[in-house]
Amino acid sequence: MLLGIIVWLFTVVIVAVFVGQYWWFPPPISEHGRLYDEQFMITLTGTGVIFFAAQLALGWVIIRYRDRGGRASHVEGNNKLELVWTTAAAVLFIGVVLSSTGIWAGVHLRKPPADAMTVEVMSKQFAWSFRYAGADGKFGRLDIKQINDAAGNPFGIDEKDPAGKDDIVSSTVRVAAGRPVLLLLRSRDVIHSFFVRELRLKQDLVPGMEIPLSFQADKPGKYEVSCSELCGLGHHQMRSELEVLAPDAFAEWLKQESAKLQQQ
Amino acid sequence: MASHVTHVHLPPSGFIRKWVFSTDHKVIGKQYWSLALFSVFVGMALSVLMRFHMVWPDAKVGFFESLWPTSASGGVMTPELYLSLMTMHGTIMVFFVLTTAPQGGFGNLILPIQIGAEDMAFPVLNMLSFWTTFLALMVLLAAFFVEGGAPLGGWTAYPPLSAIPSAGPGQGTGQTLWVVSIALFSGASLMGAINFIATIIDLRAPGMSLMRMPLTCWAWFMTAILSLLGFAVLLAAGILLLLDREAGTSFFLPAGLVVNDQILNHKGGSPLLWQHLFWYFGHPEVYIAILPGMGLASNVLSVFSRKPIFGYRAMVYAILSIGFLGFLVWGHHMFISGMSPYTAIAFSVLTMAIGVPSAIKTFNWVGTLWGSRIRMTTAMLFALGFVSLFVTGGISGIFLGQPALDLYFHDTYFVVGHFHMIMGVAAIFGMFAGTFFWFPKMFGRMMNETLGRIHFYLTFIGVYAIFTPMHFVGVAGNPRRYSDFKEFAFMADLMPVHTFMTWAAILTVAAQVLFVINIFWSMRKGAKAPDNPWEATTLEWTVPSPPPFDNFAGKHPTVYRGPYEYSLPGEEKDYKMQTDPG
Repeated sequence: MLLGIIVWLFTVVIVAVFVGQYWWFPPPISEHGRLYDEQFMITLTGTGVIFFAAQLALGWVIIRYRDRGGRASHVEGNNKLELVWTTAAAVLFIGVVLSSTGIWAGVHLRKPPADAMTVEVMSKQFAWSFRYAGADGKFGRLDIKQINDAAGNPFGIDEKDPAGKDDIVSSTVRVAAGRPVLLLLRSRDVIHSFFVRELRLKQDLVPGMEIPLSFQADKPGKYEVSCSELCGLGHHQMRSELEVLAPDAFAEWLKQESAKLQQQ
Repeated sequence: MASHVTHVHLPPSGFIRKWVFSTDHKVIGKQYWSLALFSVFVGMALSVLMRFHMVWPDAKVGFFESLWPTSASGGVMTPELYLSLMTMHGTIMVFFVLTTAPQGGFGNLILPIQIGAEDMAFPVLNMLSFWTTFLALMVLLAAFFVEGGAPLGGWTAYPPLSAIPSAGPGQGTGQTLWVVSIALFSGASLMGAINFIATIIDLRAPGMSLMRMPLTCWAWFMTAILSLLGFAVLLAAGILLLLDREAGTSFFLPAGLVVNDQILNHKGGSPLLWQHLFWYFGHPEVYIAILPGMGLASNVLSVFSRKPIFGYRAMVYAILSIGFLGFLVWGHHMFISGMSPYTAIAFSVLTMAIGVPSAIKTFNWVGTLWGSRIRMTTAMLFALGFVSLFVTGGISGIFLGQPALDLYFHDTYFVVGHFHMIMGVAAIFGMFAGTFFWFPKMFGRMMNETLGRIHFYLTFIGVYAIFTPMHFVGVAGNPRRYSDFKEFAFMADLMPVHTFMTWAAILTVAAQVLFVINIFWSMRKGAKAPDNPWEATTLEWTVPSPPPFDNFAGKHPTVYRGPYEYSLPGEEKDYKMQTDPG
């Protein structure tokens, strides 16, 4: 009896907290983010109904069929009922995952637009580095032996390659609002993972692989980047920032950075 | 097809043969169960330390410094110490609790009796499997005491972090001991799996057809098959990891790695290979952890509802489907890993498919309770709690199984909440239920029901309080495996939730003392247990409590009916033993 009531109480509290959104996603800053949230709400509604109904039913049978004398009914099963709820579960579960495939395809199976700005990402224990191609639009060759964090060369840009002279290296990533971006994700040592909540995107950076991730942010602002794959003792401090700037502010930043490099 | 036991063995004499190197499945079952009980307390202690640090990361605690002078100097826990405690927490809980008590513990204790056999098919192998498990635990715990301490790569030990000794403190000898321990444990599990499969196929008593086996036996059967196929792969992966660490191979390590300013010599390997191998084992592993609990829940619900399990055949097919599909979904742990996005789609459909047999089981449990007459014993409370927790834990799987949603939820507390609900709670409740249910049979005494009830309610409320909020902070984007949350502005708002969870954890862990008191007090002072205190129908309740050394005192039972004949219309008693010919 008491157990049934406790089950009902927990159910109500849990549903209330989800409905109340007391601890929730930050607002999305991209079209993908908005589609994501829609799919989340569809899933939440469906699972919420199932959760509520299942716990309600469990609590109800616990209370209703507590021992009050008499005899239990000898029922061994009900094949028709089995068929009905098996089919319903299959349709619902497989349906929801198929409905979300478009969002997944939009992130990983679509070629980024030709005018996407490419930014290279290098993760290491325990910092993020980002590289822009600079005015010449070409990334300089990399040479692992020339990696020098203290001198500001975490990528190991080959100083003999003229294309690398104007490459902009930064510890945070800046992009222009409303413009497509293609990140090329790499790691120097162990697996890390790039996560920005507002983008609703996460991707592991795996040593030996170069993994593309494209997005288009449309709301200016500063968004925290948190490493999301255990990478060692500094994992919890591996923070960076995604700064989304209005297109002219972004162009201005690029110009300033290029100018600084030319002066060197 | 039953066969006769081909040899007659006499009861052992002497303390060592009776209680230490015993080949009696009942003793071995108790040994496994005790090892799991010890391990769960170590695991819980580690989790309290973890939860403490997350909420009070700068606290100076005297005994931290005495235990860990280097990694907690000044009494403040370092991030590497936190991560090593976390790694050991996961490893101990998953292997030495969840993969030990349900199968090695309860399976060994009860399976032979439930199918009408004198012992397991290979009693000496059985003894070896326990002692190898014990050795594996000792090797693992030794990691705390070596230079550098315990490893910090998580129970999943992804390379390159786990393959490169210089990648972090504890990644030297500590990580090596971890791999050796897991390899030993895998070997022990393979031995156990062979034993269970052979026993179920060969040693069932006359009349005990497969479709008359209690659902516990079906669950142990499927679990053994999963163990056989899964642990073989984990063993292989462990050997490859050891080779990468010690022999200069590059199974998991690509070229161009720079660690601690050193360019490493490896080349040609892939970190993803480890993930595929590990999760090919790792997903069946979670079904290894939960299936016995499901079988037990079915059994206990039927007994204390005084009703047959609803849809016995469907329950068997569900167990078999879960087992089979369990091998086809491992990629859902790798949606974000960099593996092909096409394979992610395939894995996601299969993952949703495996939700179907789990849903069937849940419906059938509720169906069993409908129209029942519930005897609310402590075992029944835990079985009912199991169902509630399984629903809660399973539901979050529907989010995580969609790669699109996993783009946010992967590696957040949403995942931590999901697997703790299912494994860290539902599976544990299965073990509690099993203990209260079979204690009278194994020790000849009843456990204290009042203490049992109090422990149940405190624990049931406690685990909901600890693990449900993890889903909320997960929605807010809280990453997992962070030793503290000070670095990120967005996590400041989540600290009150973490503090709540920490207090809930401390109180719930404290409440477990009631369980231990109940066990040890009841062993000595509990009311004497009759042969069949629960008026249940399966074969273990036809023998004395505790059973004689060879279970059936030289007589081989004959089975005439299925395992859940309760409340038959027109019968005077509301239960009919499987051995009842009438």
